[in-house]
Amino acid sequence: MAEGLLPAIAYLRPKTINMNRLDQLFAEKQSNLLNIYFTAGYPALEDTTTIIAALAKAGVDLIEIGMPYSDPMADGPTIQESGMQALKNGMTLETLFGQVADVRAQTDVPLVLMGYFNQVMQYGEQAFVDRCVAVGIDGVILPDLPIFEYETFYRQMFEDAGLHVSFLITPQTSEDRIRKIDDLTRGFIYMVSDSSITGAKSGISDRQLAYFNRINAMQLEHPRLIGFGISNHETYAIACRYAQGAIIGSAFIKALAETTDLEGTIAEFVQMVRGEVAV
Amino acid sequence: MIAVNDKGYYGEFGGAYIPEMLHPNVEELQRCYLEISEDQEFQKEFRGLLKDYVGRPSPLYLAERLSEHYGMTIYLKREDLNHTGAHKINNTIGQILMAKRLGKTRIIAETGAGQHGVATATVCALMGIECIVYMGAIDIERQAPNVSRMRMLGAEVRPALSGSQTLKDATNEAIRDWISNPVDTHYIIGSVVGPHPYPDMVARFQSVISEEMKWQLEEHTGSSHPSGIIACVGGGSNAAGAYYHYLNDPEVRLVAVEAAGHGIDSGHSAATSVLGTKGIIHGSRTLLMQTPDGQIVEPYSISAGLDYPGIGPLHAHLIDSGRAEAISITDEAALKAAFFLARKEGIIPALETAHAFAALDHLEYNADDVFIVCLSGRGDKDLSTYIKHFDQLG
Repeated sequence: MAEGLLPAIAYLRPKTINMNRLDQLFAEKQSNLLNIYFTAGYPALEDTTTIIAALAKAGVDLIEIGMPYSDPMADGPTIQESGMQALKNGMTLETLFGQVADVRAQTDVPLVLMGYFNQVMQYGEQAFVDRCVAVGIDGVILPDLPIFEYETFYRQMFEDAGLHVSFLITPQTSEDRIRKIDDLTRGFIYMVSDSSITGAKSGISDRQLAYFNRINAMQLEHPRLIGFGISNHETYAIACRYAQGAIIGSAFIKALAETTDLEGTIAEFVQMVRGEVAV
Repeated sequence: MIAVNDKGYYGEFGGAYIPEMLHPNVEELQRCYLEISEDQEFQKEFRGLLKDYVGRPSPLYLAERLSEHYGMTIYLKREDLNHTGAHKINNTIGQILMAKRLGKTRIIAETGAGQHGVATATVCALMGIECIVYMGAIDIERQAPNVSRMRMLGAEVRPALSGSQTLKDATNEAIRDWISNPVDTHYIIGSVVGPHPYPDMVARFQSVISEEMKWQLEEHTGSSHPSGIIACVGGGSNAAGAYYHYLNDPEVRLVAVEAAGHGIDSGHSAATSVLGTKGIIHGSRTLLMQTPDGQIVEPYSISAGLDYPGIGPLHAHLIDSGRAEAISITDEAALKAAFFLARKEGIIPALETAHAFAALDHLEYNADDVFIVCLSGRGDKDLSTYIKHFDQLG
């Protein structure tokens, strides 16, 4: 890891000396990790903090917060629609940072931001990184930031700040490239379960299992969380058999869309996924 | 030297900001597009189809009455005379041959006004390949004749129901389709936009426009060098083709004409070089219209082919570096220019192209200048819009 290689300038910047919460989590727990995705500012603008607190209370291991975007090309209709609603609700990145800062007083659950690189560019790359660290964000997922651009322009900035970046791998990603991604990733690798956008399919095929086995055999340095197509206890359990954990997004957003009792629904949803109650 | 580098950048613009799911497809294209398109057999087939199927070379026509009106020499590059009525077919012929060589059996495309959709449906029919065109649900309503054309040619037109239901959303939907069908599908992008290598690949297929201009102008005037070239820019593919062989000839002025819509400051415009800021759209680092928070703004123009919120990275570089001059033209000025050209030269231009003609009123020039206007498309598709304005302008 790069700690020993940090340039002197890094020590001049106010920087948390605590271990990144993602590293702490993965040091303590290597299996059955549950990462739930939701869109900030949805269903209502102020729901962000309620949802984070309820997810933490329900015992999810980490939370992925979607930064709503007008043109989310890697996401399916469920996440896009929730993002459109959040934008209509008035969500901005600055509002989101404020909400995260508020909720950090209540929970130490690792928090990861997911969004598109244009949002980071417009906020200012360094300003974004600094603000993430200041409010207690532990990692980011920026699916349209390619590893070439990351390594060339931004790696130092993120690593100096201790803000983790997770990269994606898919069934089509070559072995060389997976090794490279394992080298660049901090925190966890986001393993896309199939050739698809989020929320596309349900159920897991033999072809996917072969892919999970192939990646398992590579003995990567970083833990892998399987996302896309994970929606219930059955798919979560399969993902946990082949990786350290799973990511659920669209299915959770659908559950939020249909409820008037956020906290109750969230507790039930997490229990359902963990298999702690009969469905 | 103005050219794309091996990572897909023109200066600071370009690149390939794509999700990992698209990497194998885009990387394959990056690796193969030059080798395939420069191959002799490919060139033979490409050139053959351009000549016998599209009808190239398109004429370079001395517009005498227009020249007299403006007091300089004006030539028109007649891309409107191509099969399907616009320059778009140059690119779709090139890309369908590329797709065949890559072993792809399914084609997807996005379309706004329907011109690129028709050009794609046409080449897919020609090659007997399955074709799916994504089109904003709102555009499907607005552009019914082109939807029928695509269907008659055997293409499936799928409505993009997400977001603002126009061109940018049709592009998002096409990208999602490609993510879900990474092995058998080629995505024929219609302009010099998108991740590397699309901007360069499309510019190369369109570069036949300026390649012909050079020898045609030489035949007409004894010199292959005009004073300047005027072209409309939405994404910018006809402009890229018309500029291509003059990019590194600083004596030739490059004039990029954008749609001002109701006016630059009206809140209803598509003048990306004025209203846009640096950012990322559809996989490319370029200029685009967006909020301070980076949300992409829906542009407006009377012309469906110019209301794209971005601009190709080549054009962002040309304008940002001062190599090209940008002029923005309102809906009203474009409509007037269309009627003026119809009466002066007996040519009804597409609304997009009409913007390029309106720019003649805003240009600085000398009496001995020779300008070429890229007449990128014909106006049949815009007739209903023109008819609506008959009382004011006819």
